[in-house]
Order: sequence, then structure tokens, then C-alpha cells
Amino acid sequence: MESVYLTFVFILAIFLGFELISKVPSTLHTPLMSGSNAISGITLIGAIASLQSDNLLLSTVLGTLAVAFATINVVGGYMVTNRMLEMFKKKKENKGVSQ
Amino acid sequence: MNPLINFIYILSAALFIFGLKMLSSPATARQGNRLSSVGMLIAIIVTLMHAGLDYKWIFLGIVIGSGIGAFVAIRVKMTDMPEMVALFNGFGGISSLLLAWAEYNQNRELSVFIALVAFLSAFIGGVTFSGSMVAFGKLSGKITQKAVVFKGQHILNAAILVIALGAAVLFCITPASSLGYPLFTTILLVALAFGITSTIPIGGADMPVVISLLNSYSGLAACAAGFVISNNILIVAGALVGASGIILTNIMCKAMNRSLANVLFSGFGSTTAVQSGNGPQGEVRPASTEDVYYILEAADSVAFVPGYGLAVAQAQHAVKELGDLLEANNTEVSYAIHPVAGRMPGHMNVLLAEANVPYDQLVEMDEINPRMDTVDVCVVIGANDVVNPAALDDASSPIYGMPIIETHRANTVIVLKRSMNPGFAGIQNALFFAENARMYFGDAKASLQALVAEFKND
Repeated sequence: MESVYLTFVFILAIFLGFELISKVPSTLHTPLMSGSNAISGITLIGAIASLQSDNLLLSTVLGTLAVAFATINVVGGYMVTNRMLEMFKKKKENKGVSQ
Repeated sequence: MNPLINFIYILSAALFIFGLKMLSSPATARQGNRLSSVGMLIAIIVTLMHAGLDYKWIFLGIVIGSGIGAFVAIRVKMTDMPEMVALFNGFGGISSLLLAWAEYNQNRELSVFIALVAFLSAFIGGVTFSGSMVAFGKLSGKITQKAVVFKGQHILNAAILVIALGAAVLFCITPASSLGYPLFTTILLVALAFGITSTIPIGGADMPVVISLLNSYSGLAACAAGFVISNNILIVAGALVGASGIILTNIMCKAMNRSLANVLFSGFGSTTAVQSGNGPQGEVRPASTEDVYYILEAADSVAFVPGYGLAVAQAQHAVKELGDLLEANNTEVSYAIHPVAGRMPGHMNVLLAEANVPYDQLVEMDEINPRMDTVDVCVVIGANDVVNPAALDDASSPIYGMPIIETHRANTVIVLKRSMNPGFAGIQNALFFAENARMYFGDAKASLQALVAEFKND
């Protein structure tokens, strides 16, 4: 039953994703990609939960690596997206640049 | 699992969704990114409340990952964003692979369904990782940007897929038997090999499609990992990323009028270069800095059309400076951006935003084409195939049918170009020989700076 429920969640999320993303203007496609890099770092949650103290050694090593890679995505993804979005400005705000 | 933790995951999922919704406008996008990151932080904190966690390893991983992630995010140049996104796609993939492996190593008594999703997580994760590393190598120039094609490539890929499927079926039936581990290892190796052999035949100009596709894979791998550990937040977040990548892939393919299969399997950019001899010929009209200055000085409206060459020459600040001078001279300035200009979706927009070009001056192809006849001057900077009129009228051209920015319909077209070498696709461009076109040879940045100097002198 659990697998049916999870598949149901998956299908709904896919449809929701299509609805949301199709409204993102092409100007923001690069931040969208780096932002979704950050979200795909969600495996961090799974990697943390997998690191139980009674694990086998290999599982611990693999889990720690998974945590490290996923954290790179989460931290790097959100930071670089923020850095990029800071640059997008409307016309009025930046009169008189580059004299 | 603790029901409280699951409830809080739903809150995180809602924040991700709101964050993506706010990306629909540049005005709210930054706030949206913050909301999304808060969702992630909440999810991490409640996950740390699980019983029996081995905190020293978790914190070791988090400290290393945060350090590297922050360092890269602060240091990366905007022209290098495609490489960075490729790299991060790969990291997303490898973490799903590692997670599936760790879970399988810990407990091999898997049901058929869990074994299937563990296979998917490891396989998609592995393909994403090695494919992204190839894409990263191509984008950063560490390996050739050309499409690498060899005899029997399709047969090799098909054979790899057959092995993967065979191993997967056996693995799903008997994950706990003595065969389970060798099968799982085979799947990992085959996935890594397939990522390489399927990405290497794709040329540099098709990278926007590949990056989008790998972006989607990294989400789907996270999704599969979510099924392995029955975690709904992984499934929701992974599905959102998967959907995002699929949409972008689709937009990029449409913008090149090619099917995904054609992009992935045709080795475009290696085969078409042969026929460059019989392309359009004619007289080229070179222009000096002074000529270009007089044309621009007299123009009522100017549209800049940037391409990958703008990024290579790092000319985004120079073009903005020229744009400002033109505006001060009462010229209407806009920047027309083709969806596949550059090496990833939205690449040009970010570069121009970095140079402080306000986003309301960035216009899309479909917006500028209808009013192209009223544009006085188009300045093409380091773009080639996306302005090639052969796409409209030459049925024998490999890019026939691709929508282009129709700069040839403007009063005058000025093309900034290093030399007469054909563009990436190896196709000669009829635009350069057009009556209303002037070629302004040289490095894009140096050329633009020369024009800026000319404007300032008068």
C-alpha cells in the first residue's frame, strides 16, 4: 500500500511541477536550473537519515559521501542562485551606472 | 517514522512549491529562492531529530559539503554558470547513487518494488554523474567540444542498455542472494559507462539540451532514492526538479526545431561540417570602427543580439556601456535573446543582468521578430546559427526549420565576429553576405570598447 501512496504523491508532484515551471520566464531559466540543483540536494535528507550509529562501515562511508555531495548542491545551489537573482533589476533602480 | 517529522516535511514541500511559484517574475524570484532555502533548512533540522543517528559522520559530511559549495558559489564567474550547473547536476546524481548503495549495503532483503527503485536510483544517479562530468569537461574546454562519434556507437549504447536491463531484472528477483552484490556493482559500472558514451557524441552547441536533461535526471534520481527509503519529501522535491528539467529540455529542442532523439543520437556538429564548401558565397562588406560608429550614432533603435561569443569574450560589460551611451544619444536599445544562445537556458540573460542591463530591456525572440522591420540596426555579437536566414529558406541546410532572430530584416545588421570561420554547426551564414550586413571583425570586447571610445570622443 505504501508504494501506491508514494507513487500517487510522485504523479501529483510531477503535474504540479509542470504547472509551476511552465510559468517561469526564459529570463530566469539559469537561476531556475541552479535553484533546482539546490532542491535536488534533497537527497541530503535521506543521506542523513541513513547514517545510523549501528551501520556497517561501508554504509557509513557511502552515507557520509552522499551527505557531502548533497550538501554541496544545497549550499552552493541556493547561494549562487541568490547571487544571480540579486543582479536582476528593473530599469529605474540603476540609472547613472558606468559614467 | 515519527509522524511529526513527516508533517514538517509537508511544510518544507509547500515552501519549495511557493519558492518555485515566485520564480515566475524577476521581482519576486529572490524572495522565492529564500523561501525554498528555508524549506530545505527546516527539513534538515527535523531530519536531525531522528533517533539513533551517527552525528559525527553527518556533521563531517555537512561541513565538507558546505565549505566546497559556498566556495564554488562565491567564486564562480557568471560566464561559467553552465559548467557549474553541469557539475551540480552530477553531484545530485552521485548522492542518489551513494544513498541507494548505502541502503542496499545495509539491508539486502529488499522487496521487488524496493529493489526496482534502488536500481533506478543507482542507475539514473550514475548516468547523471558521469554524463554531467563529460558535459562539464566539454563546457570548460577540458575535453573537445566537438561531437565525438565512432563506428558502432549506437550498437555499443544499445548493448550497454541491454546489460543494464538484464542485470536489473536479475537483481530485482534476487537482491539478497549471493548474486545480488555482483549484479548491483555491474549496474553501477554500466550506469557510469552509459553516462559517458551517451554524452560524448553531443556537441557543444547542443549543451543547453544536455544540461537541461541531466538536470531532470538528477531530480528523478532523487525521486527514486525517495522511493527506496519511503520518504515523501525526496519524492516531491525530486519530481519538481524532474519536471523542471523536462520542460527546459523541451523548450530547448523546440528552439532548435529538433527532436530530443536527434539531439542525443545524431552527432550534430561533426557530420555537417563536411559540406561547408558549397554554402552561400558572395561579397562581404567589412566595416571600420568609424563606419559602425556613424551607423549607430544615426540609429533610432538598436537591438543587440548576443551569442556564446559574448560569453567567451567576457564582453557583457562592454555591451552594456555601449548601450548606455546609445540611450544617452536618444536611441532605443534592446537586447534580443534566442532561447538557445549560449551554453545553457537563460545564459545570456544572466550575463547581461550581471552587467546591470535591466531585465525589461531583455526581449525574447517571439517578441522582437514581429517588429524587426522597424528596427534600425541589429548588432550581432558572437552569435551565428541563431541568426542564420538559411534556417528559414534553405531546405537543404542542417538547421532548416529552426526559429531564428530575423536580424536580416532590420535596416542594417552589424556582425561582430573574429573571422569568417563558420559557427559551431559548421554552416556558412548567408547573413554575412546580405546587402544590409556589415562585418565588424575583431574580438567582441575590444570592438565594443573601441566603439565606446569613439562615442566618448565626440
